[in-house]
Amino acid sequence: MSSRRGSMESWFRERLGFWRDAGERVRDLRQQASPPADTVLAAVRSYPEIARDLAIARRAAPTSKVTRQLAQIYSELHRLVFKSTVSLSEEAAQWIRGDVPRIAGELRAPILWITLLFAASGLAGWWLVASHPELIALFASESMIDGVHRGKLWTDDLLNVVPSSLLSISIFSNNIAVTLTAMCVGVAYGLGTIYIIALNGLMLGGIFAFTAEYGLAGRLATFICAHGFTELSIIFVSGAVGVSLGEAIARPGSRARADAFQRAASDGVRLMLVCAVFLIGAGLIEGYVSPNDNYPLWARLLIGLSLWLLFLATLAGKLPNRPAALFRSS
Amino acid sequence: MDEKLRVPSITGIDVELDLAGPGGRSYAFVIDWHIRALISAAWLGLGLAVEALTGALGGATVFAVSLPAGAIYLLYHPILEIVMDGRTPGKRMAGIRIVTKDGGSPDVTAHLIRNVFRFVDQLPGFYAVGLATTMLTKQSARIGDLAAGTVLVYDNDQEPVTLTAHAGNSTIGLQQAELVGELVERWPELEPEKRARLARALLQRLAVEGTELAADDDLLRRLEALLER
Repeated sequence: MSSRRGSMESWFRERLGFWRDAGERVRDLRQQASPPADTVLAAVRSYPEIARDLAIARRAAPTSKVTRQLAQIYSELHRLVFKSTVSLSEEAAQWIRGDVPRIAGELRAPILWITLLFAASGLAGWWLVASHPELIALFASESMIDGVHRGKLWTDDLLNVVPSSLLSISIFSNNIAVTLTAMCVGVAYGLGTIYIIALNGLMLGGIFAFTAEYGLAGRLATFICAHGFTELSIIFVSGAVGVSLGEAIARPGSRARADAFQRAASDGVRLMLVCAVFLIGAGLIEGYVSPNDNYPLWARLLIGLSLWLLFLATLAGKLPNRPAALFRSS
Repeated sequence: MDEKLRVPSITGIDVELDLAGPGGRSYAFVIDWHIRALISAAWLGLGLAVEALTGALGGATVFAVSLPAGAIYLLYHPILEIVMDGRTPGKRMAGIRIVTKDGGSPDVTAHLIRNVFRFVDQLPGFYAVGLATTMLTKQSARIGDLAAGTVLVYDNDQEPVTLTAHAGNSTIGLQQAELVGELVERWPELEPEKRARLARALLQRLAVEGTELAADDDLLRRLEALLER
């Protein structure tokens, strides 16, 4: 027994130098952004050797500090050896060219259902306010209601109150927060998302019914048309992503619930981050174009539909090749 | 709740990582929150002071002051976690790191996903949902971690990865050498009575005679002699 212990300890002594070198190499790799190829190769080669030594050390001296330190070197090597080498630009190109069209294709049915839900709630909101005008107090603030009573929309003279730049920033940051929240609350079996979408539909329908009562619905539609196509489409997409998160938890299919949720979340966030870029575009339009009376209806429609078509082309994977080439070359 | 994350490796030997619980996570978060809040407030305060004193910024105050301050606060976590490979200053101080469930470094997408889900984790306030989830899930993961497939593990790189100098000692066993080494290292921090009691017990176990009446500095000398032999 004591000779076995002695041979184990002499083995520990023999290997000590190798482990020290491996530990120092790991430290170098952690600290250097672009380590020399020799260091990387030496680290890769040492990985199986450290694994073998750790297996022996775990049996011979499971509670030893040396074993603990060896385990630390091994886990660090594991992390460094299997580190992804994909760059940010390559990831972005993969998102836009490959992931977004695939995910949007998979979510086609939920997007359609959410659009129908929004339309149905919009109609319900219209009917509610048209039949019971006092219910507008549920959807609009007192100052908005008073303004409409005087024949003015809350969007009139907006640029006299807030500059376009500030307006754009506050709009797109708010829209990004709302759409991401609408998606995230889908974790409550999709119910949170359905609630937010239905509520937004009710509000929009109710407000249109109220403004129509005073002959202002056309002006409101003119204000919305430049940014509304893209903004509403993104709301529908975020709703579909939220519902897919809920479905992954409620009906994970053949996957484990956690795996199904992780996949749905990973796909959903990829899609929503691309949507966020378009929300910035829509926010700029809403700040600079929508409240500016100098833009006639045809110009608003041209700008709004152009951004919307670009958005649809991105979802469908029909973007021209040049942007992808730019991404790849960077 | 699991205490270790066991990752199968192609070598056949599992990688074992110590999972960080709600305590370690909260500690890191509190440090990070203070750092980002302070930097953000400092930027805002400085910008507004410059504007008030000189009026040089004018209409650009929002872009030069408010927007960067907001961006610092909101983008602190995602940017630093990507740049620092799964760490932030707070996580570094708490000795924890974000890794994927297979023990690797998360990619940019995973970092973004876990940060987007802060929207849910921070509901209804004070990160209540996130904290509750870390207490209830097996790997102490918040919803953002579940969505991104990540976990937080202990990874203290402030202690350099070196092997103890006493480990190769030939006269006493490896584990005894480590015990003696640790006691010698901690000697100045321990109370004289306690360290003397520990030293006597250890020396008697290693069959060193005449320690009952030995003085404090004599005991330390005998321990050091064991390591130098």
